[in-house]
Amino acid sequence: MNTTKRQKQRKVLLMGKSGAGKSSMRSIVFSNYVAKDVRRLGATIDVEHSNIKFMGNLMLNLWDCGGQDGFVENYLTHQRAHVFSSVAVLIFVFDIESREFAADVISYSSIIRALGEHSPSAAVFVLIHKMDLVQTRLRQQLFEERAEYIRQASESFAPTVEFFATSIWDQSLYKAWTQIIYFLIPNARSIEGLLRELAEVVEARELILYERTTCLMVTHVTRDVEADNPFSDRFERISSILKTHKQSMAKHTGIPAGSANFAEMQIKTGRFMFFITRLTENTNLAAAIPPSEQIFNAARINITLARPRFAELDIASKPRPAVQQAFAHSADSGWEARERENAAAGFVG
Amino acid sequence: MESTQPPLSASQHSPVTELPSVHEDPSQADHSRLKPGAQLTLMRYLQDLPDAEVPHTDPVPPRFHTGRLPNSKAGDGKPRLLLMGQRRSGKSSISSVVFHKLPPSETLYLETTTRIKKESMHSFMDFQVWDFPGHLDYFDPAFDVDNIFEEIGALIWVIDAQDEYLEAIMRLNTTILNLQHSYPNINVEVFVHKVDGLSEDYKGDTFRDIIQRVQDELSDHGYENAPVSFYQTSIYDHSIFEAFSKVIQKLIPQLPTLEALLNSLCSTCHIEKAYLFDIMSKIYIATDTSPTDIGSYEICSDYIDVVIDVSEIYGWPRGEQNGDDESLTETGNNDAESLITMERKGNNYLYLREINKYLALICLMGDDSPAEKKAVIDYNVGVFQAALKQVFPRAERDAVEAPAA
Repeated sequence: MNTTKRQKQRKVLLMGKSGAGKSSMRSIVFSNYVAKDVRRLGATIDVEHSNIKFMGNLMLNLWDCGGQDGFVENYLTHQRAHVFSSVAVLIFVFDIESREFAADVISYSSIIRALGEHSPSAAVFVLIHKMDLVQTRLRQQLFEERAEYIRQASESFAPTVEFFATSIWDQSLYKAWTQIIYFLIPNARSIEGLLRELAEVVEARELILYERTTCLMVTHVTRDVEADNPFSDRFERISSILKTHKQSMAKHTGIPAGSANFAEMQIKTGRFMFFITRLTENTNLAAAIPPSEQIFNAARINITLARPRFAELDIASKPRPAVQQAFAHSADSGWEARERENAAAGFVG
Repeated sequence: MESTQPPLSASQHSPVTELPSVHEDPSQADHSRLKPGAQLTLMRYLQDLPDAEVPHTDPVPPRFHTGRLPNSKAGDGKPRLLLMGQRRSGKSSISSVVFHKLPPSETLYLETTTRIKKESMHSFMDFQVWDFPGHLDYFDPAFDVDNIFEEIGALIWVIDAQDEYLEAIMRLNTTILNLQHSYPNINVEVFVHKVDGLSEDYKGDTFRDIIQRVQDELSDHGYENAPVSFYQTSIYDHSIFEAFSKVIQKLIPQLPTLEALLNSLCSTCHIEKAYLFDIMSKIYIATDTSPTDIGSYEICSDYIDVVIDVSEIYGWPRGEQNGDDESLTETGNNDAESLITMERKGNNYLYLREINKYLALICLMGDDSPAEKKAVIDYNVGVFQAALKQVFPRAERDAVEAPAA
């Protein structure tokens, strides 16, 4: 694969009215906060930049833009070119509870105009946030109304803008961010192709590729019977489960949440077998397979063997290739040894 | 490889331990075939739900591990947990959070309890929880005291630590003194509740103060060594579950056996800490006798959540398997098991194994028992499972009958 392998910086603007929940969602998705921790966050002053290394050759350059009127005024005037040029994605957050929805939309449309001037090719995602505060039966209707109204104000972006109803209290936030990330990943197609091949080989019912630190889904492959799984939101749910587990391990073992990763998790039952293991430096692979020890062990070995090919797709070749290689190698050998032993034990038994 | 010998000699008699006893169709269970011994408390609780509803008429009274006869006539033998305390001390919140999985924040909206709420819990063990309104005086002659206090397993007295507690202590003491005449063997469990709102120091002081006051007054009345235990609890963390675990453990007659089994499992497999959990309520019914800390309990309890959530997602019924189901029928394990290995050196491994329909064994292992030893652990846990079947003979009955079927 000789696709472009340089580090891709993607500029992501996170905007919306003050108090809409921008920094809260950023902290949850990228900084291992749990929902109730976000109470501690104060107002964002001006722009907070964060660089998030995501899937190797993708670097998110996230601009969390404080939403108070003074700052917004500033973005639109003095810093207009600075803020709005070369933007890959604009994420605009609306607070569903906002009393001045019309005013929010006016502010939105002036930002959209600025974006249209400086980066006309950017993608726009609108998150209608804090949906948990709306009664369940009204949610869908309210969401659609608002989305339609906002679309009207989206000018040149109107045909492409995407809407998500989100809340930090359930998995809807992961769903929205998964879509956004998927859009940003440069080689999503080739990863998907390789994953499908792998799924065929290991006879998996489903393979899900997760980014390691954020637990966001990169992509997934579903085969045969699993397509009927009644839980259509299972990818986000697993994201959320993994995240919660990470929190709990971090809390009780006293290690920072960032490094409380598990090397492997396996669950075996009479109906399915499931395991999550590290695939590359930045990704975890979750596999749901039929309930059989042979398939399970074979799948684990095959996934181990497939690692280098994924690493090729994932890791940028330029920075420190030697280190990366060594790292991947040492991890592999350890795994294989263990693998063999398990396999042997399985045959004897 | 270390010893692959079964550490638990208790298991050796039974060659057919693989039988999926707990997955049996509940309708097949038959009362008439129960041995009288199976009437003894927990064995019966291991039966399937529909059976659990049927009150037993057998006159054999349930035994408690205190070795004393409980204050029971015939009755249905369900241990009863009484939740008592001042009004607004948090009794209903406790029962909702522990037994109905209500999120703690929602308990704000609970109504005041105005009459005795009786709830039956069906899990590894059947028990009733009686939630009492705070304002009643139970020793008013209008109440049928015998009816309330007979067959009681434990009296849980809830004290709001954030409130004035002198009156609560007074009433608690009156209750204990009243009870000790007619029912001297009731376990009194005092929950010093809502401690989440107190600072560390103040929490300790309050707790000690309450213990001191209760014990002083009881000994003033000549009642030394009362069976009263104290716990600091809060519904906002796991402490309430841990306290309930301890309360329930006292009602399990086989507890010493279970502990001994877990101990020998731990020492054989170098397990740091092993818990036997009731999956539904996340109460642990036994653990090995090494010191317990709340942290390891919390890890295990969260771990159950992970396994249950994932199982819910992928455990949906798939109907007819087509094609290569030969290999499938051959190997799928009936008891769920799970293993988490952590990335960094020195972190714990987590191991979970479903023991039966209600119980799961969870082990925390240090880095001196790396994943390579999993086969040994698997084997020994199998042995443990078999031993447990002997402790609860109903499972044994299945093992004997199934080959004939």
